[in-house]
Amino acid sequence: MGSTRTTGAPTKITQGSQTKGGIGESTLRPDGTLKVTGEFAYSSDMWHEDMLWGQTLRSTVAHAEIVSIDIAEALAMDGVYAVMTYDDLPAEMKNYGLEIQDTPVLAHGKVRHHGEPVALVAADHPETARRAAAKIVIEYKELPLITDEASATAPDAVLVHEGRTDSHSRHVSHPNIVHRQPIVRGNAAEAAKKADVIVKGEYTFGMQDQAFLGPESGLAVPSEDGGVELYVATQWLHSDLEQIAPVLGLPEEKVRMTLSGVGGAFGGREDISMQIHACLLALRTGKPVKIVYNRFESFFGHVHRHPAKLYYEHGATKDGKLTHMKCKIVLDGGAYASASPAVVGNASSLSVGPYVIEDVDIEAIALYTNNPPCGAMRGFGAVQACFAYEAQMDKLAAKLGMDPVELRQLNAMEQGTLLPTGQVVDSPAPVAEILRRVKARPLPPERQWESSEGADVRQLPGGLSNTTHGEGVVRGVGYAVGIKNVGFSEGFDDYSTAKVRMEVVGGQPVATVHTAMAEVGQGGVTVHAQIARTELGVTQVTIHPADTQVGSAGSSSASRQTYVTGGAVKNSCELVREKVLEIGRRKFGTYHPAWATAELLLEGGKVVTDGGEVLGDLVDVLEGESVEVEAEWRHRPTEPFDLVTGQGNGHVQYSFAAHRAVVEVDTELGLVKVIELAVAQDVGKALNPLSVLGQIQGGTTQGLGVAVMEEIIVDPKTAKVKNPSFTDYLIPTILDTPTIPVDVLELADEHAPYGLRGIGEAPTLSSTPAVLAAIRNATGLELNRTPVRPEHLTGT
Amino acid sequence: MRVNFTVNGRPQEADDVWEGESLLYVLRERMGLPGSKNACEQGECGSCTVRLDGVPVCSCLVAAGQVEGREVTTVEGLADYAKHREDAHPGGGCATGACGTSLQDAQQWKANPKKATDSQTGEGATNPDATLSPIQQAFIDAGAVQCGFCTPGLLIAADEMLEHNPQPTDADIREALSGNLCRCTGYEKILDAVRLAAARQDRQGLQEGAV
Repeated sequence: MGSTRTTGAPTKITQGSQTKGGIGESTLRPDGTLKVTGEFAYSSDMWHEDMLWGQTLRSTVAHAEIVSIDIAEALAMDGVYAVMTYDDLPAEMKNYGLEIQDTPVLAHGKVRHHGEPVALVAADHPETARRAAAKIVIEYKELPLITDEASATAPDAVLVHEGRTDSHSRHVSHPNIVHRQPIVRGNAAEAAKKADVIVKGEYTFGMQDQAFLGPESGLAVPSEDGGVELYVATQWLHSDLEQIAPVLGLPEEKVRMTLSGVGGAFGGREDISMQIHACLLALRTGKPVKIVYNRFESFFGHVHRHPAKLYYEHGATKDGKLTHMKCKIVLDGGAYASASPAVVGNASSLSVGPYVIEDVDIEAIALYTNNPPCGAMRGFGAVQACFAYEAQMDKLAAKLGMDPVELRQLNAMEQGTLLPTGQVVDSPAPVAEILRRVKARPLPPERQWESSEGADVRQLPGGLSNTTHGEGVVRGVGYAVGIKNVGFSEGFDDYSTAKVRMEVVGGQPVATVHTAMAEVGQGGVTVHAQIARTELGVTQVTIHPADTQVGSAGSSSASRQTYVTGGAVKNSCELVREKVLEIGRRKFGTYHPAWATAELLLEGGKVVTDGGEVLGDLVDVLEGESVEVEAEWRHRPTEPFDLVTGQGNGHVQYSFAAHRAVVEVDTELGLVKVIELAVAQDVGKALNPLSVLGQIQGGTTQGLGVAVMEEIIVDPKTAKVKNPSFTDYLIPTILDTPTIPVDVLELADEHAPYGLRGIGEAPTLSSTPAVLAAIRNATGLELNRTPVRPEHLTGT
Repeated sequence: MRVNFTVNGRPQEADDVWEGESLLYVLRERMGLPGSKNACEQGECGSCTVRLDGVPVCSCLVAAGQVEGREVTTVEGLADYAKHREDAHPGGGCATGACGTSLQDAQQWKANPKKATDSQTGEGATNPDATLSPIQQAFIDAGAVQCGFCTPGLLIAADEMLEHNPQPTDADIREALSGNLCRCTGYEKILDAVRLAAARQDRQGLQEGAV
């Protein structure tokens, strides 16, 4: 639908430019056929002879001491093979965690949130396992609840975690604060005096769920050597491995992990879910154990997006130049740390948005509470900030009497801009341009629901519920733009490994690419094959299944995989190419002087000179040989942010997207229909243009979801989740989702492979505030929270 | 209990079925047909959609005992199902031009071509031996598959819609697929895929009509 591509400064590619199916083409997914025939093996499809089913028993209360656990009745049931509690854990290490090992494998004496795992059951039928779990009797003694900033930071607050020793515990002002990151630059208080107008706002961002469709699941098979094989859906095999092996009491080489089919991730598989539990039951029973969460359990089985309170102040001169910004961002991390420290780093360092503001005073914190644990989700701290700073921009524009897009363009960052952290943006930053593009697009026609046969209610708010035929329906248009960092920041050693082999198979030169990258739907496997074709001049590329028999690929998160694992594949291919050419020189160098003198390329299965002269066939060069390279590859190093000033070159790369939302609101019933969500995004270089569109449209739709419907409701009185189902937690259907025209820019980042930019997250940022802005435009309401519910629009 | 029913044209027998088991469970865990997916198991997401005596249903909401003596078609049997339908009713069900989308609309698709196949890269399709139904092929070609977990249910639902409405408007497509959640794509490429299948079906019908 109306998609366009624009090329800015194209990357010069000589090697491989003649090879079909290389980068820049919309080649099709290698797993596409398996996925449309139902043969693709997702983690929940695993099956093994004699396998048992595992079931988790989770806490029914949010914060309590465990007085007693009685497993006798459960254990006595027919078909039950094992029941395990904390006391059955085999190793000294009993906790895990991405950064801080604060999460118990099974609760020890205390539960800290609703749905915390307390016991495990293995049985020969999933229903038997469920019923046995229900027979376990746990006596709880409830403790006071920590549910928000006030209760967490009160001087006499109960501590969610006693005796913290993690690195952040030393610089936080209260043990219920996981991490705090201030950023101070210039003098915001002094600069405020230059402001002709000042706007302040308090914003609330609801708790969003990743809601990937494939539930947490996997199969653990005990091995003869006392180890275990684990087939699982995850975002990062090696990170899982580092957390699993110690609590099993096994060396890492005895835990062999293979990636199963992953039914979406969006951040929700960065943390451990059923991995350790399945292995424990398998090792305990000596039988293969499969665990598959149902949707209810899935809502408790992974971390969510941090809900947030954001307090912002912006000033501007009367001609619209921003003078200063002050903000405080409070993220609710829930009961365990998960990725909270990194989310804080992102929220604070990107809190200013894609704007030039020299004088800032920023603070972001994450709390420990008894709410559900929160961690990674697409956009990762930058989403919450974008919702707030974009609302502020609209407020400021209204107060100045300026066009909201012009105000943004006037203050837009560009290449060379200094971030509040003191880091220079050293690649293209077309913020003003992407705003111009979404604004220049023609608006969809008014009153599209009208037809000669009356109103087509499917086009109206309320849809087939037939709630209006156009009465009370008002249109609004809103804009937003955002900035997301790409890759792991703050000094993290963010590398990836790729093993590439080249050999002759069946008379054809074939490349095999082996990485541990989690293909979660994003199309990394497609891109890896394209890179190999471009770099090695072959058409046949085999993608080896991802496992831990090759080095880490890092996480399929932070918009990083095409950049980092793609970079690793490119690098390993280049090393393979050099070796292939060495073989060629050795074998055939005497036949033609160009072997020694010319720059040689691999194209279409042949060795050619850069002048296009064919020197030989790869089949002949590789006859009797195979070339293999496994190598790590890193992007530019980053630095931690200073804990007092927030200064530091913390980020690798940035990704920018802008949205224009057009909505129609039934003001009487408070129902919203989003008519169109237009996007413009710079992708650096579209390695696979079709996949790029899929990422941008998918990310946009998740942003739409948290604008108008998606929220995990946690009862503030009990800290219990009230809507753990797809009946009560709504994600956008095809009827809720508008047309999403996409305008793709390709302005190369010279620091990145092929000039590419990580793209997966940026469209999730600006989608939400654009929809909110459009609803404000339609209704005139202030709307300081997301998602917007009907009662917020009707005031009832 | 024992349940006898027909799955993808073959008589099947499931033994030791517990009364509370769903059709979805029996297909996935007892018949070795995991193509129907288990995303919510409460009838909200459509990922487990199968045809029961021709009618699309959420197999998670059908008790296994209810299918005794009946016919079930899953994504694993979709290609065969579509082939039999094509053999019986060549060119699809609806008279050309009578069902909404005009020929012109179908041809506009050509102006925005998707690569049907890429035989050089071996991806996507066109192995002449591969047997995919038109809607399966269109999902691959249009980029409608990402993680793929929603895909089987969407394919069954979209194929069923095209069977009785071969020339759907966008509003028709959205209505017909509104019971199938997708979290990856934002649905745009799924719409493209259904439009593509409809346009190809239409062209094929025209060609066969001209012979």
